[in-house]
Amino acid sequence: MPDTRTGLATMSTMLAGLAAIACGAVGIAWALGSTHGGMAFHGWLLAAAAAISLFFIGSMVRGETHADKSTYNDGPIKFATIAALFWGIAGFIVGDIIAWQLAYPALNLDLPWTSFGRLRPLHTSAVIFAFGGNVLIATSFYVVQRTGHARLAGIWSPWFVVVGYNLFIAIAGTGYILGITDGKEYAEPTWYADLWLTIVWVVYLLVFVGTLWRRKEPHIYVANWFYLGFIVTVAMLHIVNNLALPVSIWGPKSYIIYSGVQDAMTQWWYGHNAVGFFLTAGFLGIMYYFIPKRVERPVYSYRLSIVHFWSLIFLYIWAGPHHLHYTALPEWTQNLGVAFSIMLWMPSWGGMINGLMTLSGAWDKLRTDPVVRLLVVSVAFYGMSTFEGPVMAIKAVNSLSHYTDWTIGHVHSGALGWVAMVSFGAIYCMVPWLWKRKGLYSIRLVEWHFWTATIGILLYITSMWVSGIMQGLMWRAYDDLGFLSYSFVETVEAMHPYYIIRAIGGTLFVLGSFIMVYNVWRTIRGDESVDLAEQPSVAAAPELRLQPAE
Amino acid sequence: MKKEIDGATGTETTGHVWDGIRELNTPLPKWWLYTLYATIIWSIGFLTLYPAWPLLNSYTTGLLGYSQRATVTQQLKDAKAAQSNMWSLLEKTELEKVSANPELLRFVTASGAAIFGENCGPCHGRGAQGSKGYPNLNDDDWLWGGSIEEIQSSIQYGIRSSHEDTHESDMPKFGIDEMLDEKQISDVAEYVLSLSGKENDAAAASRGSATFKEQCVACHGEDGSGNQGLGAPNLKDAVWLYGSKKEDVVKSIHTGRGGKMPAWEGRLDPLTIKALAVYVHGLGGGQ
Repeated sequence: MPDTRTGLATMSTMLAGLAAIACGAVGIAWALGSTHGGMAFHGWLLAAAAAISLFFIGSMVRGETHADKSTYNDGPIKFATIAALFWGIAGFIVGDIIAWQLAYPALNLDLPWTSFGRLRPLHTSAVIFAFGGNVLIATSFYVVQRTGHARLAGIWSPWFVVVGYNLFIAIAGTGYILGITDGKEYAEPTWYADLWLTIVWVVYLLVFVGTLWRRKEPHIYVANWFYLGFIVTVAMLHIVNNLALPVSIWGPKSYIIYSGVQDAMTQWWYGHNAVGFFLTAGFLGIMYYFIPKRVERPVYSYRLSIVHFWSLIFLYIWAGPHHLHYTALPEWTQNLGVAFSIMLWMPSWGGMINGLMTLSGAWDKLRTDPVVRLLVVSVAFYGMSTFEGPVMAIKAVNSLSHYTDWTIGHVHSGALGWVAMVSFGAIYCMVPWLWKRKGLYSIRLVEWHFWTATIGILLYITSMWVSGIMQGLMWRAYDDLGFLSYSFVETVEAMHPYYIIRAIGGTLFVLGSFIMVYNVWRTIRGDESVDLAEQPSVAAAPELRLQPAE
Repeated sequence: MKKEIDGATGTETTGHVWDGIRELNTPLPKWWLYTLYATIIWSIGFLTLYPAWPLLNSYTTGLLGYSQRATVTQQLKDAKAAQSNMWSLLEKTELEKVSANPELLRFVTASGAAIFGENCGPCHGRGAQGSKGYPNLNDDDWLWGGSIEEIQSSIQYGIRSSHEDTHESDMPKFGIDEMLDEKQISDVAEYVLSLSGKENDAAAASRGSATFKEQCVACHGEDGSGNQGLGAPNLKDAVWLYGSKKEDVVKSIHTGRGGKMPAWEGRLDPLTIKALAVYVHGLGGGQ
């Protein structure tokens, strides 16, 4: 047996090396051959990443050929966690900059690279895919190992997933600034970035499924169903919505194979399910592990988890047309979108019930542990925005809300309130566990982070509700003779104060995230905790905890 | 797998344990389940009553026979019909006589305000108050004439636009084209300031007056009171489109001026332009 394993390891290392060399070759070919400056830059980026990977593989082989394979593989998780913090800060700051730009347009500096049109996709991609994606990869790798009692499948593959994914982010993000875009919302990366992500994602799926395959537990834990649903569906969404034909392999321009309203429908089938499977299913996976783990209580209802999982998965995928109400999309398609959105309400709330009710018997932790509060408030925001979503999908409501700031407020109550807060909670749990610390550097700083972020989010959402509903009402206001009461510019003027409130909310949210990064950095550095006595025993890495009387 | 009872809730667990996490076997909350059923029943009703299901070459139109396209078409038709009497009255009424009919004037003012807000407000301001380079339309200082016909023709053909009947004139770029040197421009500026009684250097102004007579009177008139036929502004009043400071006046003489406005003929229909002319005329400065 040892011989076979060593043989497999050697082969795997050779394959990893060959893959790096192949990537480097493609990178250099593009760097030298592309007619487009931005794409040539991406070629160099790919070549550099390949060179660093090759060096890394070589040094690992010489260093620790026989690493302890009996433990969990946490290296890639640490990498993705730090990447999530880095991209999170970047994405939050860019978001706040464009919020200030909307209030004071002169802040776009009259430069193409800093214009709203380029920074907006940079913000959305950085927070959703770079921050959210890295959190999902990190937590899914953490959870699947712990709940299956199995080491991650593959030797180099988990590393390939985290490094490759972040290379995709770098290519996509720099592309937007340089003006390379497909112009599809949340699917802006161009064809070569899409191809690269497809490869990374397939490897991610294989690592995840491979680890599940090796599990020692007879059943698959519910968090892993959600992670698997997320990985499989995102693969499908990504591929179908990006079926494009490049004009040339030496340039970034490509044409999508769909036309007209079919393209629009495919785009919003993708866009809506990016919310459903990336930002909902994936993060429910986080919720299902970190809430019961942190509060040390059983999940509220196993039956509910099954029914709401399958109903969520089945219903979400059909609700996309509600993004295209009152457009050229056929009316029957819009109506199907309405019905599926309404039916989606309870399946979404199933997750909320399971998250909140898991605190039964431990509600006091809401008061004593700010990490629990982050996790639980995130679930509350989840419940609120998954109620607001179906309401806004009703056509009568949508005719008021569509194209207004209400939509922006809705998205951010989900994105800041749910996705970011549950991520923060998971990061605060995971960092001491991964780096084997007795607790966080400071739990009081978590308290500060919680309040700055929460107040920031509330300012953001409430200002956008007021602004959006006002905007919608002004657009549709007629006088008794049938003439519009307000011109467009008057609606813009009326929104100005709310834009300032929103930007202030965003600034608070950014400040909160700085507090988190400082706290995490001190924890990773191994600094003595300043308030260890106030932290629950579960804050410590498992091997450092006092053994509870089981 | 050993099932056990959770102490805090008194509920049975499923017996599975993952990394220390257990699951309660709590039944589905009744309110949750019944609300889910209710949304399903609602959806079946909704999808039966309204267009919903694709067929081979068409779709189910629903029991109510409702169509959002037909509805909006009808609403547009109704809105048009509600206004049609007044529009045709405006068409029949001569431009000067519109204000004599209070009901028609109210209609035209309301329509003009809406049209102005969408089309003119971006430059002239929502209240027609103007800004640097964009004339205030509330005062009685008119570049191309303030009678209702003159206003209509300015709107229709534009100022220095691509329309063949546009108002056209160009103030020379005295400095850029080196027609006057810096000192001459400065002197003329002092003279121009003196015309409206603003503070000025008398000696320079008197030198400038000679240059003014040679270069400027052709358009701005002997006394500087302007010429609406050429769009040459009155320099004796207190209204300054490009600013009344010395450096503003110097810049105007140095680079020349000549603001542009598009011709609205073809963008707006003739009746709309007529309403707009009445509205702008009625803002306060109409002559």
